[in-house]
Amino acid sequence: RDFNERCAQCSEVNWGLTDGGRFYCRSCHNVTERTREVVNTDFITNSRVQTISKGLRKQEKNDGGSEWYICEGFQLVLKKQVEALEALGVCPQMKDEILCNFWRCYLQKSKQAYCKRPAGEAVKALSVCESSTDVDSDPERPSLLHLLSLSESEGDLQTDCSFASSVSKVSESTSVYSGSVDGSLYLMKNQKEKLCMTMPMTLSFCYMALLWMREPITLSELLRYVVEGHIPYLNVFQHFPEKMKLCGHDLKIFCVESWPVYEEVFNKMHELAAFLDLPRFPAITESCFLHPDMLCMKYLMEANLPDELHNWTCRVVKKIGIGEVDFLTLTPGNKSTRKVKYDVLAAAVIVVVLKLLFLLDDHYECFSVISFISSQTKVYISYSGGPYFEFKKWYEVVKHSLDVEQKKLDEERAKYLWRCEKPLFYSVKNKSKVLKRRQMVVNLQNQFGKLSGSVQRAKKPNPSSFQLSWSEENTDGSCFHGHSLKGILQEKCGLLTAMNPDYWLCTVKLCNEKLCGHLAHYREVEFPQSYHFVLGLFSFLLRIQPSYIHDEVCMIEHKLFYKKLYKKLKYNAVLRK
Amino acid sequence: SSSEHKLNFKKSKEACLSYIQDALLQKQWKRAAEFLTCYVESLEKDYSREHIGPSEMIWRIGTEILWHHSQSSMKEFNCFMEQMKTLGVKRYLKVCLEHVFHLLCDGQIDEAYQNLSLAESWRFGEQTAIQDKEMKLIQAYRGLLDYYSWSKQKNILLEHSEDGFSDLAVEQEMHGYFRKAAVNLKEIIKIPGVWDIFVKCYVDLLEFYGDHNEARQVLNEYAYNSKFPANPNAHVYLYQFLKRQGESKKSLISALKILHDIVPSHELMIDFNTMLQKSKKRKKRRLGLEVIFAALDYAGWKENTKAWSCLAKQVKQIVISEKHLDWIKQEWSSRKDWWPAFHFSRYLAKRNWQENKSLSYEKALVAGILLGKGCKYFKYVSHQGCKAQLKRFRMLKKFVNRHSPVYLRISG
Repeated sequence: RDFNERCAQCSEVNWGLTDGGRFYCRSCHNVTERTREVVNTDFITNSRVQTISKGLRKQEKNDGGSEWYICEGFQLVLKKQVEALEALGVCPQMKDEILCNFWRCYLQKSKQAYCKRPAGEAVKALSVCESSTDVDSDPERPSLLHLLSLSESEGDLQTDCSFASSVSKVSESTSVYSGSVDGSLYLMKNQKEKLCMTMPMTLSFCYMALLWMREPITLSELLRYVVEGHIPYLNVFQHFPEKMKLCGHDLKIFCVESWPVYEEVFNKMHELAAFLDLPRFPAITESCFLHPDMLCMKYLMEANLPDELHNWTCRVVKKIGIGEVDFLTLTPGNKSTRKVKYDVLAAAVIVVVLKLLFLLDDHYECFSVISFISSQTKVYISYSGGPYFEFKKWYEVVKHSLDVEQKKLDEERAKYLWRCEKPLFYSVKNKSKVLKRRQMVVNLQNQFGKLSGSVQRAKKPNPSSFQLSWSEENTDGSCFHGHSLKGILQEKCGLLTAMNPDYWLCTVKLCNEKLCGHLAHYREVEFPQSYHFVLGLFSFLLRIQPSYIHDEVCMIEHKLFYKKLYKKLKYNAVLRK
Repeated sequence: SSSEHKLNFKKSKEACLSYIQDALLQKQWKRAAEFLTCYVESLEKDYSREHIGPSEMIWRIGTEILWHHSQSSMKEFNCFMEQMKTLGVKRYLKVCLEHVFHLLCDGQIDEAYQNLSLAESWRFGEQTAIQDKEMKLIQAYRGLLDYYSWSKQKNILLEHSEDGFSDLAVEQEMHGYFRKAAVNLKEIIKIPGVWDIFVKCYVDLLEFYGDHNEARQVLNEYAYNSKFPANPNAHVYLYQFLKRQGESKKSLISALKILHDIVPSHELMIDFNTMLQKSKKRKKRRLGLEVIFAALDYAGWKENTKAWSCLAKQVKQIVISEKHLDWIKQEWSSRKDWWPAFHFSRYLAKRNWQENKSLSYEKALVAGILLGKGCKYFKYVSHQGCKAQLKRFRMLKKFVNRHSPVYLRISG
């Protein structure tokens, strides 16, 4: 910073530091022979400087560890994740070209620095930056400790056992540190900057890359693979090399104790895309997997609904323009367009179509349809297409399977094992306690595991895009794909329309999303059971709350019935005058 | 709102616990073990803010599973308990004590004793003082086991003396156990609580060595000290002691009076009534009637022939003397609405007659007096009895017939 000479090549004053400690010009990358002679304590984020001036790092060297930075850790995490995605069939380009560049860009933009390159990494270390402006001014040792104690919050991850708590408590503020060089600083920064790396954000990176590549994995699928263990997330630090020791504040950063939430990952992804100044993403066209027409087809199959419904979803998509390239393609930084949740959108379209055709008021779909069908024809199986689709029958079949799967899922969640073999210590002081505890846990697991009978921990099921599957070969009639909608359709002016003349809106007025975060507020008791069931079905498939699907349904409905609503509003306005 | 749905470690373990709970309630030990295996990693997380931490949960749940599971052995159980002892110093003595209980249930008296001695010698800074109550319990149970040993020695001694030997060694041992037991038992019963077994054993010791005063004091304290929780057994023990000591009827009656107040359905009510009936004091006899009626209010006494015979005897006596019929009236007034259906239905008449003729006899007498000779019960039983040519039933019939006006006076 105190180097204010103009660059010989481009006359700019925009200097950075190379690894070797030399100044180089950022604009033209001209490296000078000038080296930093004075150890400037402003360079807090430069670990070498820190090491020299602070002398906090004595302990590290003893246990065979080496210096490492939080970013390196995250880089490893991302590497593992993208490798797992590759194993799932994602194009290898994603790793080497896309994600890599995103990451590099992120490091540049967020001015994060590290000195040592992790062994075997293809990514080159970036230039060391000048001091970041957001660190407190006084770099003296006492205030750093002060910062440490500030960022020290009541840890979930403290592994004090009750045995020890009766003995004197470890005084945290003086002895906690982190295995990484900048762990504690990182946490402190996290409170100020919104785009500091976190574990959920790694998934945002992955999703961003997937979206860029237009890979056939939706965000909900990605998150499901994470929970099912196909993509490293929980305990991914196990794969860090031996010399990268984790302790202290590192735990707060790398140890997750909760599953990533769709909204969080989604929103972060968009923030990230804007932060990185990315251009418009590759276009999502009709042949893309993420296009509503495609996703609807998939979900219809998975939901065991008749293939014929696909015509209807396409019609709705077309009518409200959500199949347009401009609507679907992400343009980072464009605040006017609504961010598209492809999976939720497709599910919501199906819900709207079901409402159009079956009304879903707990009455029409159960009674009117059946009575109409039975009154029309004695011949149950028509000659074009399969039997007539009956909502009630479908409900029973799907509900049964759904209940079974939900029960399995609930049990799995209760049986989830969060810890791994690699023990974590907050500080060296409680290392022995942690190891003892770990040993006891393993003993108990063995003892009671034997008593569990023949039930062994089931191996991870193979990753599957479909959670529910229905086979047409089943003779029990439990597959509805081939069923015909004739029972509920009629022909008018050469067009097939629904016999159901009615429609009820989920909400007449949409909320302001920016104020309360939602377009509508879903409460189960206020809606028909059929509607709730349908929401619940997709909620299970996508592993998100029904209210999110409900939001999208409201959005679609308002687009669909815009004219009528608009007219009504205008009419009301006129009346008031 | 997304945070509510957030599935995290804590929620996942809470769900796990509820699955364990369900499995335990349904005695599905394998399933409980399965989920417990998943729960144990909670130990690695700090729960110091929770009311019941995972270590306590694991101890209690694990104990249940290992105790009931078909494939679990005592060896495994003991091993588990030792681990649990190291888990929480604040709970150390409690765990020891419960372990001892299990050992006793399994019949491992010596093992239990060893564990108790070990626990007794435990010291851990300020915890020792905090866990004082548990320590007293541990000492008390050791005292109990000492009593048990004393008792065995005593029996050996008695056998030998019958055979003509005298055995000094055994006697010495016996006295040794007595001393050890007495010290600890005496301590625990000073603390307000329910210590039935300790009291009984202690009194037994005192009586054997002839210290009746101490015994009486102990029992009085136990029964009458208001600091101690109300305990019917305390009165029973006192009564039994007084009886053994050959105390006067007066003191026996006063001991049982409180028992009647607390537990009117107690089996000693028969003895109580018998004593009261014989009393010269009118008040006592009146009480006797109250006592026996009250006992027979309870379903458990319905077929108790002795109780019915007590009531019958007293009722008969009153009727014959023609004095104090108002007593019967008083007792009957609150019962006449429901005793007929409860005791004197036709169905019961048939059943009692078939199963227990003496019972039906006594009941018929009471029924005949209280409800008159026209009542179903009396009619059926007396008819059957006369048909069977049993003399006493003929007598019964005559008696009731003779005194039938009484019924009118009672029921009026």
